[in-house]
Amino acid sequence: MRPCYQSLSFQGISARKAPLDGPPPPTPIKTHRERVVSIAAKFEIEYLQYLDAEGKQVRKDLPAFAKDLDHMVELYKLMMSTRVFDAKSVALQRTGKLGTYASCLGHEAAHVGIGSAMKPEDVFAPSYREYGAQLYRGVQPREVYMYWGGDERGNDYQKEPARHDFAWSVPIATQCLHAAGSALAFKIRGEKRVAVCTIGDGGSSKGDFYGAINIAGAQNLPLVAVIVNNQWAISVPRKIQSGAPTLAQKGIAAGLYCIQVDGNDIIAVRKAMEDALERARNGEGGSVLELVTYRLGDHTTADDARRYRGEQEVKDAWAKEPMKRLRSWLVAKGVWDDAKEEAWKAECDEWMDNEVNAYLETRTQPVTAMFDYTFAEIPADLAKQREYVLSLETKGH
Amino acid sequence: MAQITLIEAVTQALAYEMKHDDSVVVLGEDVGVNGGVFRATQGLQEKFGELRVLDTPLDETTIAGVTVGLAAQGMKPVAEAQFEGFIYPMMEQIACHAARLRNRTRGRITVPAVWRAPWGGGIRAPEHHSEANEHLFTNIPGLRVVLPSSPARAYGLLLAAIRDPDPVMFFEPKRIYRQYKEEVPDDGEALPLDVCFVLRDGTDVTLVTWGAQVKETLEAADELARQGISAEVIDVATLTPLDFDTIAESVQKTGRCVIVHEAPKTAGFGAEIAARLAEECMYDLLAPVERVTGPDTHIPLFRLEMKYLPSVERIVDAAKRTLAAS
Repeated sequence: MRPCYQSLSFQGISARKAPLDGPPPPTPIKTHRERVVSIAAKFEIEYLQYLDAEGKQVRKDLPAFAKDLDHMVELYKLMMSTRVFDAKSVALQRTGKLGTYASCLGHEAAHVGIGSAMKPEDVFAPSYREYGAQLYRGVQPREVYMYWGGDERGNDYQKEPARHDFAWSVPIATQCLHAAGSALAFKIRGEKRVAVCTIGDGGSSKGDFYGAINIAGAQNLPLVAVIVNNQWAISVPRKIQSGAPTLAQKGIAAGLYCIQVDGNDIIAVRKAMEDALERARNGEGGSVLELVTYRLGDHTTADDARRYRGEQEVKDAWAKEPMKRLRSWLVAKGVWDDAKEEAWKAECDEWMDNEVNAYLETRTQPVTAMFDYTFAEIPADLAKQREYVLSLETKGH
Repeated sequence: MAQITLIEAVTQALAYEMKHDDSVVVLGEDVGVNGGVFRATQGLQEKFGELRVLDTPLDETTIAGVTVGLAAQGMKPVAEAQFEGFIYPMMEQIACHAARLRNRTRGRITVPAVWRAPWGGGIRAPEHHSEANEHLFTNIPGLRVVLPSSPARAYGLLLAAIRDPDPVMFFEPKRIYRQYKEEVPDDGEALPLDVCFVLRDGTDVTLVTWGAQVKETLEAADELARQGISAEVIDVATLTPLDFDTIAESVQKTGRCVIVHEAPKTAGFGAEIAARLAEECMYDLLAPVERVTGPDTHIPLFRLEMKYLPSVERIVDAAKRTLAAS
């Protein structure tokens, strides 16, 4: 197959317009034939897609993992459990059993594609809605509920490999530098591991993102920075974030491999991730991936997206959502049907009910927990404050 | 044994710890071949290689965030902010992540990192090169704020900071980087953090200070002695977590306290010490607590900067006011 990635030496200045993406590409530069023009750099960004919105295969060169239909069914099942999990989370919030929650509706292909491509020894530095990737790496739904339910223990992932991943990062894009620092640690120690960070289209405006990809390029770090472009940063649309025709091309300036991917097509996401991870693991450099998707839900349960975007736009986005196309493709291949769908849905429901029960049964931490993880060993001065707060507790204040 | 300056003690501590612990790495702007703009990392890259003494891109946010990532993977990074005045872009990574990760992950992820920064005024430096802003960090939970004031304490406290399992801000008073030399054995012996150092015993008044002001404060104690007043001098050294007991014990003895720092007065760290004295030592005090600090202004450019910094005369006057009050 032809390579998915092109470096700086690529010919021709063009930037392909992505289906849901920002402003149109600039008019090609006209040069005077009689003038000698030296071009210092040229680039183009490839757009990768295997399955279109209808589930029709648009290219024949399926990657190896996609030829394993049992595996593709597994990926579909995890996408489905992610969606069931997400709906359960929103329901918990609406009934007062969870605080503010950031939904991942519509991001299932992007997130499961990322998580399933990573190796256990890699490190993941997410923002705050990449549950599909995290469930794959062992984060338990009850931990997500704990976190959004106001309990730090939700960040203390119990199962590997999630246990050595970073926790959710709320300050936008700051986690990109933690991934870059992790990648630097792997390089210093000569470990064949890769650090992966995810941000949104809004996050790609931040200095932390630019700083991370910049040092990754300068130091040839095993970093894969994934921009999950879901078109909306709360109420601010993609086109207001940047005049760049693609967000992927931001990585070109840092000297990284860059590609734009249909983020609703899990085959494309997984393939782009596998290639990026392999390159990084082999010391061949970091990557910036832009996964073009759509945030089908509100920013969080505290948001009402109807205030700033039209119904038609959301309707159009639903027509391209990630589950439907993969289901159509699997049904056409004869490996999935309605009965299987129902059976798996029932299993997901049961799983989530168990997780919800486990979450609801957890007791609130003792009040002293707010002191006990501030330092490795509690300083004398802080211990006095701890005693005081504890004394209030025993007095019933 | 060689006599060394404060900055040479910093270099000596870094070299000692890098030699004995492979996980220690140094990163920052110009820390490599150039050895740092003040030469704190001189010769380290030659000894330990480009990966362990890493020149970063010129972005403070990158240095701070990469440091968090390194530490989270079990390295012990020592990051350099080239000047205290350039540390502001680092603050988000320090406050939101470095100081917080242990707590927010219930101890799963920790950040055993050090941020070094040449601190304070008095070297006729350009604008933004003379700030004293330790108080902006002392209000961040989960963070230690350390200011050495002698070659021996710079060596011992920096070793302790690197070995500490939690993040430490290590602010180096650049005005006294090369002020004097003393013998500092390169024996890897750390000094305790969270402890104030009593530099001079006295009975009439307690002078509390840190960083470069230790110099003026000791000189003021000499002058007071000439005038028949016995001053005790405490170098706080580790501002947070604060060893208030040492200060309280001294004030219980002397009944008087003068706090000296070069940062602006309002909500400077002296305010915290004064408040604690009011809370815990009110009935031991024979006179109101005095503060000798920078005014609530920006430190002026260097023609006026020595007028901004606390002087020996101002400290002596303040001490005498506490004696006049009772």
